[in-house]
Amino acid sequence: MSKSATIEQIRSHWLVLARFIECQWLNLLRTPAYTLPTLMFPIMFYSFFGLLMIRGQAQYLLCTFATFGCIGAALFAFGVGIATERAQGWLTLLQATPAPIAAVLVGKGFGAALFAAIITLIMSVLAAVFGDVRMATGQWAGLLLVMVLGSLPFSALGIGLGMSLAPNAAPAVLNLIYLPLGFLSGLWIPVSQLPGWLQDVAVWLPPYHLAELALHVTGTRSGSALISLAILTGYTLLFVLFAAWAWRRPKTSMNQ
Amino acid sequence: MHSKAVATCRNLSHRYQNHAALDDINLDLQPGEITVLLGPNGAGKTTLIHLLLGLVQVQQGTITVLGQAAGRREARQHTGVMLQISGVQDNLTVFELLQLFVSLYPRAMELDRLLAETDLQSLHNRRFGQLSGGQQQRVLFAIALCGNPQLLILDEPTTGMDPAVRRQIWSSLEQRRKRGTAILLCTHDMHEAEQLADRIVLLNHGRVITHDTAEQIRRRLPSQLIKVRSSIQLTSIAASDNVQSISRTDDLLTIYCHFAEPVVRAILNADPDASELEVTGTDLETAFLALTKANPSTVEAKHE
Repeated sequence: MSKSATIEQIRSHWLVLARFIECQWLNLLRTPAYTLPTLMFPIMFYSFFGLLMIRGQAQYLLCTFATFGCIGAALFAFGVGIATERAQGWLTLLQATPAPIAAVLVGKGFGAALFAAIITLIMSVLAAVFGDVRMATGQWAGLLLVMVLGSLPFSALGIGLGMSLAPNAAPAVLNLIYLPLGFLSGLWIPVSQLPGWLQDVAVWLPPYHLAELALHVTGTRSGSALISLAILTGYTLLFVLFAAWAWRRPKTSMNQ
Repeated sequence: MHSKAVATCRNLSHRYQNHAALDDINLDLQPGEITVLLGPNGAGKTTLIHLLLGLVQVQQGTITVLGQAAGRREARQHTGVMLQISGVQDNLTVFELLQLFVSLYPRAMELDRLLAETDLQSLHNRRFGQLSGGQQQRVLFAIALCGNPQLLILDEPTTGMDPAVRRQIWSSLEQRRKRGTAILLCTHDMHEAEQLADRIVLLNHGRVITHDTAEQIRRRLPSQLIKVRSSIQLTSIAASDNVQSISRTDDLLTIYCHFAEPVVRAILNADPDASELEVTGTDLETAFLALTKANPSTVEAKHE
Protein backbone atom coordinates (compact mmCIF):
# COMPACT_ATOMS: atom_id res chain seq x y z
CA MET A 1 0.00 0.00 0.00
CA SER A 2 1.40 3.43 -0.92
CA LYS A 3 2.14 6.05 1.72
CA SER A 4 -0.68 8.32 0.55
CA ALA A 5 -3.15 5.41 0.60
CA THR A 6 -2.08 4.58 4.15
CA ILE A 7 -2.49 8.20 5.22
CA GLU A 8 -5.91 8.27 3.56
CA GLN A 9 -6.93 5.09 5.38
CA ILE A 10 -5.84 6.48 8.74
CA ARG A 11 -7.67 9.75 8.03
CA SER A 12 -10.78 7.81 7.11
CA HIS A 13 -10.62 5.77 10.35
CA TRP A 14 -10.27 8.94 12.43
CA LEU A 15 -13.15 10.51 10.54
CA VAL A 16 -15.38 7.52 11.31
CA LEU A 17 -14.39 7.67 14.97
CA ALA A 18 -15.04 11.42 15.09
CA ARG A 19 -18.49 10.89 13.54
CA PHE A 20 -19.42 8.24 16.11
CA ILE A 21 -18.22 10.43 18.99
CA GLU A 22 -20.13 13.39 17.56
CA CYS A 23 -23.33 11.35 17.14
CA GLN A 24 -23.01 9.86 20.62
CA TRP A 25 -22.58 13.29 22.24
CA LEU A 26 -25.39 14.86 20.22
CA ASN A 27 -27.68 11.98 21.06
CA LEU A 28 -26.89 12.26 24.77
CA LEU A 29 -27.25 16.02 24.89
CA ARG A 30 -30.60 15.78 23.12
CA THR A 31 -31.92 13.17 25.55
CA PRO A 32 -32.48 15.15 28.77
CA ALA A 33 -34.68 12.41 30.20
CA TYR A 34 -31.58 10.22 30.35
CA THR A 35 -28.89 12.84 30.74
CA LEU A 36 -30.27 14.84 33.66
CA PRO A 37 -30.94 11.94 36.04
CA THR A 38 -27.60 10.32 35.18
CA LEU A 39 -25.79 13.57 35.96
CA MET A 40 -27.95 14.79 38.82
CA PHE A 41 -28.29 11.54 40.79
CA PRO A 42 -24.66 11.31 42.03
CA ILE A 43 -24.37 15.09 42.34
CA MET A 44 -27.49 15.17 44.51
CA PHE A 45 -26.12 12.29 46.62
CA TYR A 46 -22.83 14.14 47.11
CA SER A 47 -24.67 17.32 48.08
CA PHE A 48 -26.74 15.50 50.70
CA PHE A 49 -24.13 13.11 52.13
CA GLY A 50 -20.85 14.85 51.36
CA LEU A 51 -21.76 18.44 52.01
CA LEU A 52 -24.83 18.54 54.26
CA MET A 53 -24.90 15.41 56.44
CA ILE A 54 -21.29 14.33 56.94
CA ARG A 55 -19.21 17.35 57.92
CA GLY A 56 -15.46 17.64 57.44
CA GLN A 57 -15.07 14.90 54.86
CA ALA A 58 -16.00 16.84 51.73
CA GLN A 59 -12.71 16.07 49.96
CA TYR A 60 -12.81 12.37 50.78
CA LEU A 61 -16.44 12.08 49.71
CA LEU A 62 -15.78 14.14 46.59
CA CYS A 63 -13.48 11.32 45.45
CA THR A 64 -15.89 8.52 46.37
CA PHE A 65 -19.05 10.17 45.00
CA ALA A 66 -17.27 11.19 41.79
CA THR A 67 -16.31 7.52 41.48
CA PHE A 68 -19.94 6.56 42.10
CA GLY A 69 -21.16 8.97 39.39
CA CYS A 70 -18.59 7.94 36.79
CA ILE A 71 -19.25 4.24 37.30
CA GLY A 72 -22.99 4.85 36.90
CA ALA A 73 -22.51 6.85 33.72
CA ALA A 74 -20.34 4.10 32.21
CA LEU A 75 -22.50 1.19 33.32
CA PHE A 76 -25.78 2.73 32.19
CA ALA A 77 -24.52 4.32 28.95
CA PHE A 78 -23.20 0.95 27.84
CA GLY A 79 -25.37 -1.52 29.70
CA VAL A 80 -28.78 -0.02 29.05
CA GLY A 81 -27.68 1.75 25.86
CA ILE A 82 -26.37 -1.37 24.14
CA ALA A 83 -29.19 -3.62 25.35
CA THR A 84 -31.73 -1.13 23.97
CA GLU A 85 -29.91 -0.52 20.71
CA ARG A 86 -29.55 -4.26 20.25
CA ALA A 87 -33.29 -4.77 20.68
CA GLN A 88 -34.25 -1.82 18.50
CA GLY A 89 -32.02 -2.89 15.62
CA TRP A 90 -29.47 -0.05 15.62
CA LEU A 91 -26.58 -2.37 16.42
CA THR A 92 -27.80 -4.85 13.81
CA LEU A 93 -27.84 -2.10 11.20
CA LEU A 94 -24.32 -1.03 12.17
CA GLN A 95 -23.11 -4.64 12.09
CA ALA A 96 -24.38 -4.90 8.52
CA THR A 97 -22.25 -1.90 7.51
CA PRO A 98 -18.45 -1.70 7.46
CA ALA A 99 -18.55 0.33 10.70
CA PRO A 100 -15.55 -0.75 12.79
CA ILE A 101 -16.94 -2.08 16.05
CA ALA A 102 -14.09 -0.33 17.86
CA ALA A 103 -15.39 3.03 16.58
CA VAL A 104 -18.93 2.23 17.74
CA LEU A 105 -17.69 1.34 21.21
CA VAL A 106 -15.12 4.12 21.50
CA GLY A 107 -17.86 6.57 20.47
CA LYS A 108 -19.92 5.29 23.37
CA GLY A 109 -16.88 5.37 25.62
CA PHE A 110 -16.45 9.07 24.86
CA GLY A 111 -20.08 9.55 25.87
CA ALA A 112 -19.38 7.93 29.22
CA ALA A 113 -16.14 9.92 29.55
CA LEU A 114 -18.02 13.16 28.83
CA PHE A 115 -20.48 12.33 31.60
CA ALA A 116 -17.62 11.41 33.94
CA ALA A 117 -15.97 14.76 33.24
CA ILE A 118 -19.18 16.77 33.73
CA ILE A 119 -20.05 14.96 36.97
CA THR A 120 -16.52 15.45 38.35
CA LEU A 121 -16.41 19.11 37.35
CA ILE A 122 -19.79 19.96 38.90
CA MET A 123 -18.93 18.06 42.10
CA SER A 124 -15.56 19.79 42.23
CA VAL A 125 -17.20 23.21 42.01
CA LEU A 126 -19.68 22.25 44.76
CA ALA A 127 -16.84 20.87 46.89
CA ALA A 128 -14.79 24.05 46.49
CA VAL A 129 -17.70 26.45 47.09
CA PHE A 130 -19.74 24.68 49.75
CA GLY A 131 -17.32 22.13 51.20
CA ASP A 132 -14.30 24.44 51.40
CA VAL A 133 -12.15 21.86 49.60
CA ARG A 134 -8.82 23.30 48.54
CA MET A 135 -6.40 21.44 46.28
CA ALA A 136 -3.57 22.27 43.89
CA THR A 137 -4.52 22.66 40.23
CA GLY A 138 -2.66 19.46 39.40
CA GLN A 139 -4.72 17.56 41.97
CA TRP A 140 -8.01 18.84 40.53
CA ALA A 141 -6.78 17.89 37.07
CA GLY A 142 -5.57 14.53 38.38
CA LEU A 143 -9.00 13.79 39.85
CA LEU A 144 -10.64 14.61 36.54
CA LEU A 145 -8.20 12.37 34.65
CA VAL A 146 -8.62 9.46 37.06
CA MET A 147 -12.41 9.68 36.77
CA VAL A 148 -12.40 9.88 32.97
CA LEU A 149 -9.95 6.98 32.60
CA GLY A 150 -11.54 5.12 35.49
CA SER A 151 -14.82 4.94 33.62
CA LEU A 152 -13.14 2.60 31.06
CA PRO A 153 -13.22 -0.71 32.99
CA PHE A 154 -16.83 -0.08 33.91
CA SER A 155 -17.59 0.74 30.28
CA ALA A 156 -16.25 -2.71 29.39
CA LEU A 157 -18.43 -4.28 32.09
CA GLY A 158 -21.38 -2.32 30.67
CA ILE A 159 -20.71 -3.65 27.17
CA GLY A 160 -20.67 -7.22 28.43
CA LEU A 161 -23.89 -6.73 30.37
CA GLY A 162 -25.55 -4.80 27.54
CA MET A 163 -24.82 -7.63 25.12
CA SER A 164 -26.12 -10.23 27.57
CA LEU A 165 -29.25 -8.65 29.05
CA ALA A 166 -32.71 -8.11 27.62
CA PRO A 167 -33.46 -4.39 27.25
CA ASN A 168 -36.34 -4.40 29.72
CA ALA A 169 -34.25 -6.26 32.30
CA ALA A 170 -31.09 -4.19 31.85
CA PRO A 171 -31.97 -1.13 34.03
CA ALA A 172 -33.13 -3.30 36.94
CA VAL A 173 -30.16 -5.68 36.77
CA LEU A 174 -27.71 -2.79 36.45
CA ASN A 175 -29.22 -1.07 39.49
CA LEU A 176 -28.90 -4.35 41.38
CA ILE A 177 -25.19 -4.35 40.53
CA TYR A 178 -24.52 -0.61 40.72
CA LEU A 179 -26.12 0.37 44.02
CA PRO A 180 -24.81 -2.50 46.22
CA LEU A 181 -21.40 -2.21 44.54
CA GLY A 182 -21.32 1.50 45.40
CA PHE A 183 -22.34 0.93 49.00
CA LEU A 184 -20.06 -2.06 49.60
CA SER A 185 -17.08 -0.24 48.07
CA GLY A 186 -17.49 2.58 50.57
CA LEU A 187 -18.54 5.14 48.01
CA TRP A 188 -21.48 6.50 50.02
CA ILE A 189 -19.97 6.46 53.47
CA PRO A 190 -16.25 6.02 54.23
CA VAL A 191 -15.07 2.41 54.36
CA SER A 192 -13.72 2.99 57.87
CA GLN A 193 -17.30 3.54 59.07
CA LEU A 194 -18.51 0.21 57.66
CA PRO A 195 -18.63 -2.93 59.85
CA GLY A 196 -15.38 -4.90 59.81
CA TRP A 197 -16.56 -7.73 57.58
CA LEU A 198 -17.85 -5.23 55.01
CA GLN A 199 -14.47 -3.53 55.04
CA ASP A 200 -12.96 -6.92 54.14
CA VAL A 201 -15.38 -7.17 51.21
CA ALA A 202 -14.69 -3.62 50.01
CA VAL A 203 -11.01 -4.19 49.31
CA TRP A 204 -11.90 -6.79 46.68
CA LEU A 205 -14.26 -4.56 44.73
CA PRO A 206 -13.15 -2.49 41.72
CA PRO A 207 -14.97 0.78 42.65
CA TYR A 208 -13.11 0.80 45.97
CA HIS A 209 -9.81 0.82 44.09
CA LEU A 210 -10.88 3.50 41.65
CA ALA A 211 -11.86 5.65 44.63
CA GLU A 212 -8.50 4.83 46.22
CA LEU A 213 -6.71 6.11 43.10
CA ALA A 214 -8.76 9.31 43.28
CA LEU A 215 -7.92 9.67 46.97
CA HIS A 216 -4.23 9.24 46.21
CA VAL A 217 -4.16 11.69 43.32
CA THR A 218 -5.92 14.35 45.41
CA GLY A 219 -3.53 13.85 48.31
CA THR A 220 -6.30 12.60 50.62
CA ARG A 221 -4.56 9.24 50.96
CA SER A 222 -0.81 8.86 51.36
CA GLY A 223 1.44 5.96 50.41
CA SER A 224 1.58 3.93 47.22
CA ALA A 225 -1.38 3.51 44.89
CA LEU A 226 0.25 0.64 43.02
CA ILE A 227 -1.87 -2.09 44.59
CA SER A 228 -5.08 -0.28 43.67
CA LEU A 229 -3.73 0.35 40.17
CA ALA A 230 -2.80 -3.31 39.77
CA ILE A 231 -6.14 -4.62 41.04
CA LEU A 232 -8.07 -2.18 38.86
CA THR A 233 -5.97 -3.19 35.84
CA GLY A 234 -6.77 -6.83 36.59
CA TYR A 235 -10.48 -6.05 36.74
CA THR A 236 -10.18 -4.05 33.51
CA LEU A 237 -8.71 -7.08 31.73
CA LEU A 238 -11.42 -9.30 33.16
CA PHE A 239 -14.20 -6.93 32.06
CA VAL A 240 -12.67 -6.50 28.60
CA LEU A 241 -12.56 -10.29 28.20
CA PHE A 242 -16.19 -10.50 29.32
CA ALA A 243 -17.18 -7.74 26.87
CA ALA A 244 -15.28 -9.43 24.02
CA TRP A 245 -16.91 -12.76 24.80
CA ALA A 246 -20.38 -11.24 24.94
CA TRP A 247 -19.82 -9.27 21.74
CA ARG A 248 -18.43 -12.18 19.74
CA ARG A 249 -20.73 -14.83 21.18
CA PRO A 250 -21.99 -16.81 18.15
CA LYS A 251 -25.40 -15.65 17.09
CA THR A 252 -27.63 -18.41 15.83
CA SER A 253 -30.89 -16.48 15.90
CA MET A 254 -31.96 -13.08 14.68
CA ASN A 255 -33.03 -11.88 18.10
CA GLN A 256 -29.70 -12.23 19.85
CA MET B 1 -25.36 -16.21 -20.07
CA HIS B 2 -24.91 -14.61 -16.69
CA SER B 3 -21.92 -12.66 -15.54
CA LYS B 4 -20.39 -13.64 -12.23
CA ALA B 5 -22.92 -13.58 -9.42
CA VAL B 6 -22.48 -10.88 -6.79
CA ALA B 7 -23.79 -13.18 -4.08
CA THR B 8 -24.37 -16.93 -3.97
CA CYS B 9 -26.01 -19.30 -1.53
CA ARG B 10 -25.27 -23.01 -1.87
CA ASN B 11 -27.15 -25.76 -0.03
CA LEU B 12 -28.00 -23.30 2.71
CA SER B 13 -29.97 -24.67 5.64
CA HIS B 14 -30.68 -23.06 8.97
CA ARG B 15 -32.52 -24.26 12.05
CA TYR B 16 -33.86 -22.57 15.15
CA GLN B 17 -33.97 -25.39 17.69
CA ASN B 18 -36.39 -27.88 16.14
CA HIS B 19 -37.71 -25.53 13.50
CA ALA B 20 -36.19 -25.52 10.01
CA ALA B 21 -36.06 -21.85 9.01
CA LEU B 22 -34.30 -22.54 5.71
CA ASP B 23 -33.88 -25.83 3.91
CA ASP B 24 -31.34 -26.37 1.13
CA ILE B 25 -31.48 -22.92 -0.47
CA ASN B 26 -29.51 -22.28 -3.66
CA LEU B 27 -29.53 -18.75 -4.96
CA ASP B 28 -27.48 -16.46 -7.19
CA LEU B 29 -27.83 -12.69 -7.13
CA GLN B 30 -26.64 -11.38 -10.47
CA PRO B 31 -25.34 -7.91 -11.24
CA GLY B 32 -27.93 -5.71 -12.93
CA GLU B 33 -30.83 -7.86 -11.74
CA ILE B 34 -33.58 -7.33 -9.24
CA THR B 35 -34.42 -10.55 -7.44
CA VAL B 36 -37.67 -10.34 -5.55
CA LEU B 37 -38.02 -12.52 -2.49
CA LEU B 38 -41.62 -13.43 -1.80
CA GLY B 39 -43.27 -15.58 0.78
CA PRO B 40 -45.67 -15.51 3.69
CA ASN B 41 -44.61 -14.46 7.19
CA GLY B 42 -42.28 -17.04 8.68
CA ALA B 43 -41.21 -18.36 5.29
CA GLY B 44 -37.54 -17.67 6.06
CA LYS B 45 -37.03 -14.41 4.15
CA THR B 46 -35.54 -12.41 7.03
CA THR B 47 -33.33 -15.33 8.08
CA LEU B 48 -31.98 -15.50 4.52
CA ILE B 49 -31.28 -11.75 4.53
CA HIS B 50 -29.54 -11.91 7.91
CA LEU B 51 -27.40 -14.81 6.70
CA LEU B 52 -26.42 -12.90 3.55
CA LEU B 53 -25.37 -9.97 5.74
CA GLY B 54 -23.39 -12.19 8.08
CA LEU B 55 -25.56 -11.17 11.02
CA VAL B 56 -26.37 -14.79 11.80
CA GLN B 57 -23.79 -17.57 11.59
CA VAL B 58 -24.13 -20.04 8.75
CA GLN B 59 -24.97 -23.48 10.14
CA GLN B 60 -24.99 -25.49 6.94
CA GLY B 61 -24.05 -24.64 3.36
CA THR B 62 -22.08 -21.66 2.06
CA ILE B 63 -22.69 -18.02 1.26
CA THR B 64 -20.30 -15.79 -0.63
CA VAL B 65 -20.76 -12.08 -1.21
CA LEU B 66 -18.40 -10.51 -3.75
CA GLY B 67 -16.13 -13.50 -3.40
CA GLN B 68 -15.95 -13.15 0.39
CA ALA B 69 -17.62 -15.08 3.17
CA ALA B 70 -20.81 -13.29 4.21
CA GLY B 71 -20.23 -10.66 6.85
CA ARG B 72 -16.56 -9.99 6.00
CA ARG B 73 -15.73 -6.29 6.09
CA GLU B 74 -14.75 -6.31 2.40
CA ALA B 75 -18.22 -7.65 1.57
CA ARG B 76 -19.98 -5.13 3.83
CA GLN B 77 -18.10 -2.26 2.18
CA HIS B 78 -19.98 -2.97 -1.04
CA THR B 79 -23.34 -3.96 0.40
CA GLY B 80 -26.18 -1.60 1.16
CA VAL B 81 -28.97 -2.71 3.42
CA MET B 82 -32.39 -1.54 4.49
CA LEU B 83 -33.82 -3.67 7.26
CA GLN B 84 -37.38 -3.67 8.56
CA ILE B 85 -36.23 -2.74 12.06
CA SER B 86 -33.34 -0.33 12.16
CA GLY B 87 -33.55 1.43 15.55
CA VAL B 88 -32.13 4.62 14.05
CA GLN B 89 -31.49 7.16 16.78
CA ASP B 90 -34.42 9.53 16.89
CA ASN B 91 -32.40 12.49 18.11
CA LEU B 92 -30.07 12.72 15.13
CA THR B 93 -30.99 14.79 12.09
CA VAL B 94 -31.21 13.28 8.62
CA PHE B 95 -28.00 15.09 7.69
CA GLU B 96 -26.11 13.85 10.76
CA LEU B 97 -27.24 10.28 10.14
CA LEU B 98 -26.28 10.29 6.48
CA GLN B 99 -22.97 11.99 7.27
CA LEU B 100 -22.22 9.18 9.73
CA PHE B 101 -23.06 6.40 7.27
CA VAL B 102 -21.30 8.05 4.33
CA SER B 103 -18.11 8.11 6.42
CA LEU B 104 -18.20 4.31 6.70
CA TYR B 105 -17.80 3.41 3.02
CA PRO B 106 -14.70 3.62 0.83
CA ARG B 107 -16.60 4.71 -2.31
CA ALA B 108 -19.46 6.57 -0.70
CA MET B 109 -21.94 8.80 -2.50
CA GLU B 110 -21.68 12.57 -2.16
CA LEU B 111 -24.18 13.77 0.40
CA ASP B 112 -25.82 16.28 -1.94
CA ARG B 113 -26.38 13.62 -4.59
CA LEU B 114 -27.71 11.21 -2.03
CA LEU B 115 -30.16 13.78 -0.63
CA ALA B 116 -31.31 14.61 -4.15
CA GLU B 117 -31.75 10.98 -5.24
CA THR B 118 -33.87 10.22 -2.20
CA ASP B 119 -35.64 13.59 -2.20
CA LEU B 120 -34.53 14.40 1.32
CA GLN B 121 -33.08 17.90 0.75
CA SER B 122 -35.97 19.65 2.47
CA LEU B 123 -35.82 17.28 5.44
CA HIS B 124 -32.08 17.24 6.05
CA ASN B 125 -32.28 19.35 9.24
CA ARG B 126 -35.18 17.42 10.75
CA ARG B 127 -34.57 14.89 13.45
CA PHE B 128 -35.33 11.29 12.48
CA GLY B 129 -37.90 10.96 15.26
CA GLN B 130 -39.85 13.93 13.91
CA LEU B 131 -40.39 12.35 10.48
CA SER B 132 -43.45 10.47 9.28
CA GLY B 133 -43.23 6.71 8.72
CA GLY B 134 -42.82 7.16 4.97
CA GLN B 135 -40.14 9.82 5.41
CA GLN B 136 -38.25 7.58 7.81
CA GLN B 137 -38.37 4.81 5.20
CA ARG B 138 -36.78 7.22 2.72
CA VAL B 139 -33.98 7.98 5.17
CA LEU B 140 -33.38 4.25 5.64
CA PHE B 141 -33.32 3.84 1.87
CA ALA B 142 -30.78 6.66 1.66
CA ILE B 143 -28.66 4.93 4.32
CA ALA B 144 -28.72 1.78 2.16
CA LEU B 145 -27.42 3.77 -0.81
CA CYS B 146 -24.67 5.60 1.10
CA GLY B 147 -21.88 3.29 0.00
CA ASN B 148 -22.78 3.09 -3.71
CA PRO B 149 -23.35 -0.63 -3.17
CA GLN B 150 -22.78 -3.44 -5.64
CA LEU B 151 -25.27 -5.51 -3.66
CA LEU B 152 -28.40 -3.85 -2.32
CA ILE B 153 -30.57 -5.78 0.11
CA LEU B 154 -33.95 -4.24 0.87
CA ASP B 155 -36.44 -5.70 3.32
CA GLU B 156 -39.88 -4.23 2.56
CA PRO B 157 -38.50 -0.84 1.54
CA THR B 158 -41.73 0.84 0.48
CA THR B 159 -43.93 -0.07 3.44
CA GLY B 160 -45.76 3.05 4.60
CA MET B 161 -44.80 5.15 1.60
CA ASP B 162 -47.30 7.10 -0.46
CA PRO B 163 -47.61 6.05 -4.12
CA ALA B 164 -45.57 8.97 -5.48
CA VAL B 165 -42.60 8.27 -3.21
CA ARG B 166 -42.89 4.56 -3.89
CA ARG B 167 -42.56 5.23 -7.62
CA GLN B 168 -39.54 7.40 -6.91
CA ILE B 169 -37.90 4.53 -5.01
CA TRP B 170 -38.73 2.16 -7.87
CA SER B 171 -37.17 4.57 -10.33
CA SER B 172 -34.06 4.78 -8.18
CA LEU B 173 -33.88 0.97 -8.06
CA GLU B 174 -34.25 0.76 -11.83
CA GLN B 175 -31.38 3.21 -12.27
CA ARG B 176 -29.25 1.15 -9.91
CA ARG B 177 -30.11 -2.01 -11.84
CA LYS B 178 -28.98 -0.36 -15.08
CA ARG B 179 -25.69 0.53 -13.42
CA GLY B 180 -25.11 -3.15 -12.56
CA THR B 181 -26.18 -3.33 -8.92
CA ALA B 182 -27.49 -6.70 -7.79
CA ILE B 183 -30.66 -6.07 -5.83
CA LEU B 184 -32.47 -8.42 -3.47
CA LEU B 185 -35.90 -7.02 -2.71
CA CYS B 186 -38.09 -8.60 -0.09
CA THR B 187 -41.68 -7.47 -0.37
CA HIS B 188 -45.28 -8.44 0.28
CA ASP B 189 -46.44 -6.07 -2.43
CA MET B 190 -47.22 -8.11 -5.56
CA HIS B 191 -47.58 -5.00 -7.65
CA GLU B 192 -44.08 -3.99 -6.64
CA ALA B 193 -42.85 -7.48 -7.46
CA GLU B 194 -44.46 -7.40 -10.90
CA GLN B 195 -43.08 -3.94 -11.63
CA LEU B 196 -39.49 -4.60 -10.64
CA ALA B 197 -38.63 -8.29 -10.63
CA ASP B 198 -36.22 -9.82 -13.08
CA ARG B 199 -36.36 -12.96 -10.99
CA ILE B 200 -38.73 -14.08 -8.32
CA VAL B 201 -37.84 -16.43 -5.52
CA LEU B 202 -40.84 -17.76 -3.66
CA LEU B 203 -40.08 -19.14 -0.22
CA ASN B 204 -42.47 -21.14 1.90
CA HIS B 205 -41.65 -23.04 5.10
CA GLY B 206 -37.97 -22.37 4.45
CA ARG B 207 -37.89 -23.95 1.01
CA VAL B 208 -37.73 -22.40 -2.43
CA ILE B 209 -41.09 -23.16 -4.04
CA THR B 210 -40.32 -21.31 -7.23
CA HIS B 211 -37.24 -19.55 -8.56
CA ASP B 212 -37.47 -18.20 -12.05
CA THR B 213 -37.85 -15.12 -14.14
CA ALA B 214 -41.01 -13.18 -13.49
CA GLU B 215 -42.26 -14.00 -16.99
CA GLN B 216 -41.74 -17.75 -16.63
CA ILE B 217 -43.46 -17.80 -13.29
CA ARG B 218 -46.42 -15.87 -14.65
CA ARG B 219 -46.74 -18.48 -17.41
CA ARG B 220 -46.67 -21.37 -14.97
CA LEU B 221 -49.07 -19.91 -12.46
CA PRO B 222 -52.72 -20.92 -12.44
CA SER B 223 -54.73 -18.30 -14.24
CA GLN B 224 -58.25 -19.20 -13.16
CA LEU B 225 -60.05 -19.55 -9.87
CA ILE B 226 -63.17 -21.72 -9.46
CA LYS B 227 -65.39 -21.55 -6.40
CA VAL B 228 -68.24 -24.01 -6.10
CA ARG B 229 -70.34 -25.67 -3.41
CA SER B 230 -70.17 -29.42 -3.88
CA SER B 231 -69.70 -32.61 -1.90
CA ILE B 232 -67.57 -34.12 -4.68
CA GLN B 233 -64.43 -36.10 -3.66
CA LEU B 234 -61.32 -33.95 -4.16
CA THR B 235 -59.38 -36.85 -5.67
CA SER B 236 -61.70 -37.02 -8.63
CA ILE B 237 -60.54 -33.66 -9.96
CA ALA B 238 -57.11 -33.25 -8.36
CA ALA B 239 -55.40 -35.75 -10.63
CA SER B 240 -55.28 -33.44 -13.64
CA ASP B 241 -52.11 -31.40 -14.31
CA ASN B 242 -54.43 -28.59 -15.19
CA VAL B 243 -55.34 -28.23 -11.51
CA GLN B 244 -52.80 -26.35 -9.41
CA SER B 245 -54.43 -26.63 -6.01
CA ILE B 246 -57.71 -27.40 -4.29
CA SER B 247 -58.94 -26.58 -0.85
CA ARG B 248 -62.24 -27.25 0.86
CA THR B 249 -64.01 -25.32 3.63
CA ASP B 250 -67.14 -27.26 4.55
CA ASP B 251 -68.65 -27.85 1.12
CA LEU B 252 -67.04 -24.82 -0.55
CA LEU B 253 -64.31 -25.86 -2.96
CA THR B 254 -61.64 -23.38 -4.05
CA ILE B 255 -59.75 -24.56 -7.10
CA TYR B 256 -56.84 -22.86 -8.87
CA CYS B 257 -56.25 -24.12 -12.39
CA HIS B 258 -54.89 -23.13 -15.78
CA PHE B 259 -58.14 -23.80 -17.70
CA ALA B 260 -61.49 -23.71 -15.95
CA GLU B 261 -63.72 -25.38 -18.52
CA PRO B 262 -62.63 -29.06 -18.20
CA VAL B 263 -62.65 -28.78 -14.42
CA VAL B 264 -66.16 -27.31 -14.36
CA ARG B 265 -67.37 -30.07 -16.69
CA ALA B 266 -65.82 -32.72 -14.45
CA ILE B 267 -67.47 -31.25 -11.37
CA LEU B 268 -70.90 -30.98 -12.97
CA ASN B 269 -70.66 -34.53 -14.39
CA ALA B 270 -69.74 -35.95 -11.00
CA ASP B 271 -72.11 -33.79 -8.96
CA PRO B 272 -75.15 -32.38 -10.79
CA ASP B 273 -76.25 -30.74 -7.51
CA ALA B 274 -73.17 -28.49 -7.37
CA SER B 275 -74.18 -24.88 -6.72
CA GLU B 276 -72.91 -21.31 -6.48
CA LEU B 277 -70.42 -21.95 -9.26
CA GLU B 278 -68.11 -18.98 -9.87
CA VAL B 279 -65.15 -18.75 -12.26
CA THR B 280 -62.78 -15.77 -12.17
CA GLY B 281 -59.29 -14.90 -13.41
CA THR B 282 -56.43 -14.74 -10.91
CA ASP B 283 -53.85 -12.02 -10.48
CA LEU B 284 -50.29 -12.66 -9.37
CA GLU B 285 -51.23 -12.17 -5.74
CA THR B 286 -54.03 -14.72 -5.78
CA ALA B 287 -51.86 -17.15 -7.66
CA PHE B 288 -49.06 -16.82 -5.13
CA LEU B 289 -51.52 -17.35 -2.34
CA ALA B 290 -52.50 -20.57 -4.05
CA LEU B 291 -48.89 -21.68 -4.25
CA THR B 292 -48.08 -20.87 -0.64
CA LYS B 293 -51.38 -21.73 0.95
CA ALA B 294 -50.66 -23.17 4.34
CA ASN B 295 -53.79 -25.31 4.45
CA PRO B 296 -52.44 -28.86 4.31
CA SER B 297 -55.49 -30.06 2.40
CA THR B 298 -54.24 -28.02 -0.54
CA VAL B 299 -51.11 -30.05 -0.78
CA GLU B 300 -52.66 -33.31 0.26
CA ALA B 301 -55.40 -32.98 -2.29
CA LYS B 302 -52.87 -32.50 -5.04
CA HIS B 303 -50.86 -35.54 -4.01
CA GLU B 304 -53.63 -37.90 -3.10
